[in-house]
Amino acid sequence: MKKTVLFGALAVAGLSAAAASAGTLDDVKARGTLNCGVTTGLVGFAAPDANGVWEGFDVGVCRAVAAAVLGDETAVEFIPTTGKTRFTALASGEIDMLARNTTWTFSRDVDLKFEFVGINYYDGQGFLAPKALGVTSAKDLDGATVCVQTGTTTELNLADFFRSNNISYEPVPIETNAEGQQQYLAGACDTYTTDASGLAATRATFENPGDHVLLPEIISKEPLGPLVRHGDNDWADVVRWTLNALITAEELGVTSANIEELAAAPTNNPEINRLLGTAGELGGMLGLEPNWAMMAIKAGGNYGELFEKNIGENTPIGLARGLNAMWTEGGLIYSPPFR
Amino acid sequence: MSAISDPPRGSFSPAMLINDTRYRSYTFQALAAIVLALCLGFFYLNVSTNLAAAGLNISYDFLGSPAGYDINQRLIEYDSQSTNARAAIVGILNTLLVAFLACVTATVFGVLAGVLRLSNNWLVSKLMAFYVEIFRNIPVLIWILIIFTIMIAVLPGPRAFRGDEPEARMFLDLVAFTNRGVYTPGPYFTRGLGAEGNGAINWLIVIGVLVASFFATRMVTSRANATQEATGIRPNTLWTNLAIWFLPVIVLLFVLGLKWDIPELKGFNFAGGIKVGGPLIALWFALSIYTGAFIAENVRAGIQAVSKGQTEAAGALGLRPGRIMSLVVLPQALRVIIPPLISQYLNITKNSSLAIAVGYADITATLGGITLNQTGRAIECVLLLMLFYLTISLLISTFMNIYNNAVKLKER
Amino acid sequence: MSDTQAHMAAFVRTETLPQLAPPATERGIVKWMRENLFSTIPNAILTLVSFVIIYLVLSKTLPWIMNGVWTTSSLSECREVLEGATGACFSVLTERWNQLMFGFVYPADQYWRPTLAFVLLFVAAAPVMFFDLPRKLLIFTALFPFIAYYLIWGGTIFVPILALVGVIGGVLVYRKLVTGSFAMGFFGGLIAALVIWTVGGMLIPEGANDTAALQAVPSRDLGGFMLNMMLGVVCVSLSIPLGIALALGRQSSMPLIKWICVIFIEFIRGVPLITLLFVASVMLAYLFPPGTTTDLFLRVVIMITMFSSAYIAEVIRGGLAALPKGQYEAGDSLGLDYAQAMRLIILPQALKISIPGIVNIAVGLFKDTTLVSVISMFDVVGMIRGPLSAATEWNGIYWELYGFAALLFFVVCYGISQYSQWLERRLATDHR
Repeated sequence: MKKTVLFGALAVAGLSAAAASAGTLDDVKARGTLNCGVTTGLVGFAAPDANGVWEGFDVGVCRAVAAAVLGDETAVEFIPTTGKTRFTALASGEIDMLARNTTWTFSRDVDLKFEFVGINYYDGQGFLAPKALGVTSAKDLDGATVCVQTGTTTELNLADFFRSNNISYEPVPIETNAEGQQQYLAGACDTYTTDASGLAATRATFENPGDHVLLPEIISKEPLGPLVRHGDNDWADVVRWTLNALITAEELGVTSANIEELAAAPTNNPEINRLLGTAGELGGMLGLEPNWAMMAIKAGGNYGELFEKNIGENTPIGLARGLNAMWTEGGLIYSPPFR
Repeated sequence: MSAISDPPRGSFSPAMLINDTRYRSYTFQALAAIVLALCLGFFYLNVSTNLAAAGLNISYDFLGSPAGYDINQRLIEYDSQSTNARAAIVGILNTLLVAFLACVTATVFGVLAGVLRLSNNWLVSKLMAFYVEIFRNIPVLIWILIIFTIMIAVLPGPRAFRGDEPEARMFLDLVAFTNRGVYTPGPYFTRGLGAEGNGAINWLIVIGVLVASFFATRMVTSRANATQEATGIRPNTLWTNLAIWFLPVIVLLFVLGLKWDIPELKGFNFAGGIKVGGPLIALWFALSIYTGAFIAENVRAGIQAVSKGQTEAAGALGLRPGRIMSLVVLPQALRVIIPPLISQYLNITKNSSLAIAVGYADITATLGGITLNQTGRAIECVLLLMLFYLTISLLISTFMNIYNNAVKLKER
Repeated sequence: MSDTQAHMAAFVRTETLPQLAPPATERGIVKWMRENLFSTIPNAILTLVSFVIIYLVLSKTLPWIMNGVWTTSSLSECREVLEGATGACFSVLTERWNQLMFGFVYPADQYWRPTLAFVLLFVAAAPVMFFDLPRKLLIFTALFPFIAYYLIWGGTIFVPILALVGVIGGVLVYRKLVTGSFAMGFFGGLIAALVIWTVGGMLIPEGANDTAALQAVPSRDLGGFMLNMMLGVVCVSLSIPLGIALALGRQSSMPLIKWICVIFIEFIRGVPLITLLFVASVMLAYLFPPGTTTDLFLRVVIMITMFSSAYIAEVIRGGLAALPKGQYEAGDSLGLDYAQAMRLIILPQALKISIPGIVNIAVGLFKDTTLVSVISMFDVVGMIRGPLSAATEWNGIYWELYGFAALLFFVVCYGISQYSQWLERRLATDHR
């Protein structure tokens, strides 16, 4: 459906013409843009800059998918979603995929009928506290006031953590990261809890980041990854293998710098050839162009490049690779083979 | 309107369904019924196909499962293992609490501002006009956010109270104003009934005694009225009434062993006493002062609606100004004031749903916010939420109709 | 007699005394203050309290405003410029002006389009608001929705033209059929418009948006104060006809229609707008046919329109009830049918009575458009709560932004309510 028709009966006429097509992949191709759900603003992962251009790690995944499917990394509509609206937006088809630090959990996968296509960041929930508070462990937080984002798994983990350690706390529910920051800095809560990566990103925007510490406890597993609707396997495959292509590219040493050269002619490494479409029919099997993976990698670089550019140690956010290093380097990032 | 005298009954022809006013209304209603049924069927079909496509179903089972999250403001027992239904009830009570508090204070603000705006003091009346215009013309959401930001940014955090030379001090060593809320001394019983001598039953007893005192004073007053009717002399009831109001309660509180628990800085927060949370205060104050501006206009209109002749007539009968106000002007003004006042109360209840902007755990934030997010049961939660507000609104408007009927000018 | 007069004359002054100046307490500013500020002791106390309040407020805000910094590019630079003195950092307003006005994704080189639409809005509204202006201007008012749509959303010009052609076709058919009966005309016109839209919709070539003169802007890219204005204007104008229909339906003698209207109105009035917005954001998508998506803007417009039409219906019902019964009977006795009586006699009078109420609802609705920020739309409040407070360089700035938003709303709402009071005086045709 190309024509966005807006008013009254026009919409009715428009709706009747918007025939349902076979799958999301065809929809995206027909539409010419990818609708990608992201956060309303978390620096490093997804946030608009001063010109309104979205940037970040999750944004990079969206751009890679757009590049793979449409051959144009800019053909993405970023749709900001809150904790409340994200699942409805995906379920109702308003967005084609959700790349928004969403934790892969059983109930979201099974009960809410979503398909997590992979994990692009292994995270865990941490606590941020002012140095002046003199707290060295999360277990010292008995009776503390804790700012927590509502509608997230962190809220539930928090309740479980304090309950299992038999200490009390007072939650302050907040809607967005920006509000959490405001309340935390004003001292309306003693500590702010969310994914450790988000805490690092938030701390990076403070005036004096050095006055705040991340407490050592990581109280949960938060595997974050992009997700799509259940039941559309073709589309899920496209997103899954785009993510895997980014990971494999890092493993094979394919970067945005050398990719043109490697893709120009078949190389000695058959897996690179299959990945970049100079050999084999992998793109065709997905219903995409042969050079789909090349486009995806060229969009923002391979997994490692995306990481370093948006949240790595040389950025204000300064996250170490840690668990998110390649499996060859002791991390958990691992892609099934392209074969 | 279309009640025109019946034309002679003749044979029925289908054209009469459109052209004859006797049958036309049936045609229209049948059409409306068909369109309505088609629409409902269309929506039902869409919802069921969409849900089936997404593999979802409509089920209220989630209400019985553990909620898993904590709520900082609760009037009844609740922890993270309580059910979602209980979380919703906590939210309902919080909604009713803030709505009740805001109704009371908004009335006070409104009446004060409305009366002062009619004052012959030029400065005061201009100041009140300024207040009314400023608050009526700026969205309540912005007011809630501004007042919440003021609280957070201006009041000190509990940390400021610490140390030998603290930056902030408690007011009279009794009340602490922090950006997390206000901590005031709280009463408790040392010799009471119930769990640890401090059960809710004690408060029920206190309330019971107060209710009894209320009826007792009513009786005293009506007896005084009877005496006045009979003899023309009104016995002084002031001291008797005061005694009936206060003595039994004081004795009861003494028997139960009332003590005051003074808040103290312990660990991260103040402990002891009663905590009135920051979001509650911000919401309460913002709703009161915003709605107060509207009530002020209602009060002003009500007082101005009583014609000047009424005051003059009462004066001509020899009534003193105070009595003119209480016997002549107010009863007539109230008839005009109360109906819009009640719809303002309704507005407060509905606007309290903006609690979500400041993190106050009302029904919109628990059932319509966290539970909705955690369970993903969007349709069910939104339907329940609307049902709750609808019930409250219908209750209030039923009450309003009863009142309107009671005070309606009886024309004979 | 003359004797007496001569005798008395000695005591009669023949010239008037020169006028003495009134006592100092009875004139000029002193008199005014005595009467208006210090007439009684409680009054004097009130006056003093007021002075203290005014002083407190002004002593805090005036230096803050006067010292304001307008030209820096971040909060920390502001603090450097101020060097610890009290002062506002208004540079956030100048630097982020466009984002506050248009949201953060509206294409920057296209800002002239919504601005032009905003200016034209005044031209279009003028003949509706002021009756003395030439009636011919109403033609522009009728064209305005299509022009504004084209300016703001851009894309192919065929869409607004098609919409306009549909409306014109509908009106022509209505004119032709209405001589038979109003219902025939109304439904005939509606069907004609629908046919034109559907047929025309198929004629618009695929990809027409890409080659359009004005770049197409999807409605999710709308934001800032522009979004508040658009929601306010669109929803109020759509809800007035709907409100009239609902009010008439509620007064109808047909029980089924009456009850549909009563249930609709009472349901909408019984729930807060925010729950209706939740419906728009999380539920409405399930009500549309599978495979179709409607953008959030349209869903929000639908819900807000329903919301305000219920309130407007109640205001108009008040207007209908206030008309003397003789007006209805007069209509009947002239042999007018229901539609004619309503159109020619009842509604013109009832609407005139209801105008102040409708304006009140419109102001309230405009204020309520800020609620869309709760469902992650970036109106002016949403911009402040979201992107602006998340921006690194403006971290920790609140007063200036909220103050600015408050000022925007105050100017618009106060303006409208002053207009409404003027209109009320203007329309008061009964001679008191």
